Amino acid sequence: MKLTKMLMASTALTVAAGMSHADGHMANEMTIVSWGGAYSNSQQKAYHEPYMEKTGVSIINDESSAEAVAKLRAMNEAGNVTWDVVDVVAADAIRLCDEGLAMEIDPEEDLAAAPDGTSAEDDFGDLLVSDCFIPQIVYSTTFGYRTDMVPEGVDAPSDVCSIFDLETYPGKRSLEKRPIANMEWALLCDGVAKDEIYDVLATEEGQDRALAKLDTIKDDVIWWSAGADTPQLLADGEIFMGSTYNGRLFSAIVEQDQPIGMLWDAQMFDLDGWIIPTGLSDERVARAKDFIKFATDTQRLADQAAYISYGPARKSSAPLVGQHAELGIDMAPHMPTDPANSENTFLYNYEFWADYRDDIDAKFQAWLVQ
Amino acid sequence: MRASDAASKKKGVLAADGTPLKRSLNRALRMQKLRALMLVAPLLIFVLVTFIAPIADMLWRSVENDIVSDTLPKTTEALEDWDANGNELPGETVYRALYDDIFFAQEAKLHTRLGSRLNYELTGMSSLFRKSGRSVEDMGEVYQDQFEDLNEFWEDGENWNSFMGSDSWLSAIQSWDEDSDTAQPRFEMRDGIADMLPNTAAAYQRFADFIQLEDEDNLYDEDPWAIVYSSFYEDLTGETASQIASYSGPAAAEIKAAAEAAPDFETVDYVAAFREIDEDWHSLDVWQTIKIYSPDLTTGYFLNSVDMQKSADGAELRPEDERIYGILFWRTMVMSVAITASCILLGYPVAWILANLPSRTANLLMILVLLPFWTSLLVRTSAWKVMLQQQGVINDTLVWLGLVADADRLVLINNQTGTIIAMTHILLPFMILPMYSVMQTIQPSYLRAAKSLGATNWTAFWRVYFPQSVPGIGAGSILVFILAIGYYITPEIVGGTSGTFISNRIAYHISSSLNWGLAAALGAILLAAVLILYYAYDKIVGIDNVKLG
Repeated sequence: MKLTKMLMASTALTVAAGMSHADGHMANEMTIVSWGGAYSNSQQKAYHEPYMEKTGVSIINDESSAEAVAKLRAMNEAGNVTWDVVDVVAADAIRLCDEGLAMEIDPEEDLAAAPDGTSAEDDFGDLLVSDCFIPQIVYSTTFGYRTDMVPEGVDAPSDVCSIFDLETYPGKRSLEKRPIANMEWALLCDGVAKDEIYDVLATEEGQDRALAKLDTIKDDVIWWSAGADTPQLLADGEIFMGSTYNGRLFSAIVEQDQPIGMLWDAQMFDLDGWIIPTGLSDERVARAKDFIKFATDTQRLADQAAYISYGPARKSSAPLVGQHAELGIDMAPHMPTDPANSENTFLYNYEFWADYRDDIDAKFQAWLVQ
Repeated sequence: MRASDAASKKKGVLAADGTPLKRSLNRALRMQKLRALMLVAPLLIFVLVTFIAPIADMLWRSVENDIVSDTLPKTTEALEDWDANGNELPGETVYRALYDDIFFAQEAKLHTRLGSRLNYELTGMSSLFRKSGRSVEDMGEVYQDQFEDLNEFWEDGENWNSFMGSDSWLSAIQSWDEDSDTAQPRFEMRDGIADMLPNTAAAYQRFADFIQLEDEDNLYDEDPWAIVYSSFYEDLTGETASQIASYSGPAAAEIKAAAEAAPDFETVDYVAAFREIDEDWHSLDVWQTIKIYSPDLTTGYFLNSVDMQKSADGAELRPEDERIYGILFWRTMVMSVAITASCILLGYPVAWILANLPSRTANLLMILVLLPFWTSLLVRTSAWKVMLQQQGVINDTLVWLGLVADADRLVLINNQTGTIIAMTHILLPFMILPMYSVMQTIQPSYLRAAKSLGATNWTAFWRVYFPQSVPGIGAGSILVFILAIGYYITPEIVGGTSGTFISNRIAYHISSSLNWGLAAALGAILLAAVLILYYAYDKIVGIDNVKLG
């Protein structure tokens, strides 16, 4: 009997411990979900630490942003949302908002105005792409190349179409293992005008045309799915050029001093920012909103740029972007939003990809395996 | 003894406390069983809750399709009479039902989920529903405006409640304190209203439920949604309108006045209105897709898993440039067999050496098997990536040895070769350990006996030793093969495009495309394949022959 009692007691304890953990929210804790690595680090330094100091709230980091939509949907179905604030890309934010998995935010009320009094709504401008999304940074997917592998007598690549030019620039390439961005670049380099790309891509012939263009380099492509792959492949000399996020290239070039150059031509802009999941208690919502108001004010967004080369999403933050926290170099010229870099940019069409993703992805995957 | 036994049998055997022994024994046994059950209960509950239930739930998703009929209940009902094979669009009633359904769905934010569900079947459905959700509110406002212009009475939620709600509910909600902890009194329809205004009552009930249960707002001061007004118009001009003349409850004067004015109202043509939102609402494909996917259960996901799709004429193959699952399933099987075979070839001699060396040396060698086994999967996979790449150690060595020219270094990674090499290494211990434990039990004297009877080394091995080691091979093979077909981290990292498995697609659909139904169907097929192979293995080799130790 004694044993049974002990067993039952310990089972009950385990269950209780599990439940309190799953709930995860003692009075003064909040869970913030992000991408990990250098990016989370920049948020930790620029937002989390000052916020914890200011309010005494302790912030738990979760690095599940890559599966945020799937996990939030599962949490919502289970009726137990354990995350307070989640960092997602704009496309995911739109999807979460549409499905009612993210709360709507009123920029006027919930976000801090700029120091000069400009309202948050004007300050963020067009970047407020969804009612639930508070943008933090603008990042871009762009190309890096090995400077020492450029053939003699040839200029270093400066045009995105160099990726398709195997004759001038021999060597392997790396591209992301998904159709988004690759299809657009393929059409662009196949002679389609920039503002017609999505019209062309919406047609069967357009999709075939993009795949046919990609076919010309298919044998020389290594497909990546993690942002760290391309910088590693470049550092190893496995590839001549490849696409990745501009922050990764910055870190490979400036922080690690690798023989890598980068292109800004036809960089694919994207946004990253916060959402608050639905289904939180009033108290948690209030705290999440308070955090977001703090973390997206003008100074805080500019602070983040001292740790990573992603452009702040507020216009008023741009002039405040200073120097790299450790290297002391000027960060402004390394931002995708810097005028010199953003001569030819591309903001991908979220609406188009929401519709065509399943269809084009099936074709793209079939093309990859065949 | 025997005498006393016989004597007690007559009375029935009694235990010390006077109860019959049989019952006492049963009770003790039951206690024991219960105690045993309690001991295994934690594991049983754990397995049920964390393993069986999620698998069952996931499998259920592969056929579940409630979302269409739940989100568009009226439309799917109205579509029942419509011929999907014909060339005609559905009629006005279907569009009216669609308005109703989308209106409520967009309030609950369910229309986009349905849109993404149907988008798996037809491109463009996702934006069609999103767009319609945004515009559908304006459609009903035509009626709302006219009622409100007619009489200010219709503007106010309180006025609506005064005749839609029952007296007891009205007094309860009026005295309800919003800041108190007590729950809001649930809306109760006034008797008879539903007979006179059936559509309005139905719409109002859904509106009330939504406000009270979803939004948790005070229904008493909420103004009704536009859809209540359009339903109201239909009731005032419909079959039950004749009852209005005899109505004498609250707001009778206003309702009668509205009934009089309603026939002159400007009306909404739902067919045209939907066309205005998007041309696609007048496309047969869209309606066929909705009709085909309106049943609660669907084979759609399973068809998709075998590169087929549903159409109005039944199942058909997908276009050739979209067929991938057949290739992937086949590749997963073939490569798993290749990995299992290379594990047998490499593992057998190692296990044999381990089993036949003196135990001290064997233990030392055993560490070489176990050390990689205990090393993190990710570390080993990444190490292979570094070793095998074109500028990696292996290629460098080959070039240095002059076996390979610098210009054409071997491509060993990001393809099938990479997956086979890395996975063989990772799964090798699962082959060696069962083989080793079986080989250890094989008496060395059998081999000696065979040789002393004149067998050559080969004959002794092949006719005496090998048959005894087959159970080890069987156990190892089944372990390795079943582990291999479910692997996804290693193929993802080293497999490139030609060396990835079906599990990589399952993972993609679970976490990235969120097509959980398709992922579940693919998973179910994989599970079925394992069970069939297991059954075949049992028939051919016999599962009794498998020895793990």
